[in-house]
Amino acid sequence: MIHSNTETIPGKQIVQFYGVVTGSTVRAKHIGRDLMASLKNIVGGELKGYTELLQEARNDALVRMTEQAESLGANAVVNVRFSTSSIAQGAAELFAYGTAVRVE
Amino acid sequence: MTVDATTETMINIGLPLLLLLATYFTGSAVERRHYRSIRARELELRQLPAITFRTLPKRWQVVDSGLVSGSVVISVDYFKRFLARLRMIFGGRIHTYESLLDRARREAILRMQEQARELGASMVFNMRFETSSISKGRKDAVGTVEVLAYGTAVIPAG
Repeated sequence: MIHSNTETIPGKQIVQFYGVVTGSTVRAKHIGRDLMASLKNIVGGELKGYTELLQEARNDALVRMTEQAESLGANAVVNVRFSTSSIAQGAAELFAYGTAVRVE
Repeated sequence: MTVDATTETMINIGLPLLLLLATYFTGSAVERRHYRSIRARELELRQLPAITFRTLPKRWQVVDSGLVSGSVVISVDYFKRFLARLRMIFGGRIHTYESLLDRARREAILRMQEQARELGASMVFNMRFETSSISKGRKDAVGTVEVLAYGTAVIPAG
């Protein structure tokens, strides 16, 4: 499965469109990470726990999007976009979407 | 004033003051160290540029491409947040948040480029940013941001 955030895949040609595919995940932060983050908030610098959390979540969203594309018979997803929205206090939705296509 | 009240005031005023003083030093040290690391890695990754063009030049021969991304969650320290709150009364530029966002964006690009290098890519094109503030439930608690940089890495032929 090839991913690209452009409309075309370099060196390949799109032969069929399968429509929009989406993948999303909602995550809440856990208390241990939050405690470390509050400490880091005082000192400043990177909050590694949150970076990892969001990275994992975004990967999950991508995997779900890919699964949907595979089930449609696509071999690539083009024009991939990411979006983040906070749903409730301390919970965020990570969302990935794109267009499933067949390339040759 | 009773003894209890005095200790209470001491804690209420003394602790934030102590934190301000401590983070004045540690915060700027953290920031300087981060900038040093950013500059060194930017120099190292000069050969793998990230561009915002939507298409590649026609003559580029590409064997493979893939989505790459880099993200970072970063926060300012207590002292800088205090300065920013003061600024919000009078208005004007908040330098401490400007450098926070600058560091976050450059770090995110670097991580994306490092991922591209692992794939053996020579360039990342159509790079885009996504920035979100992580508020920790309080509306006024800015000062923690997440930046995501993503693009399409291209692996050249030959």
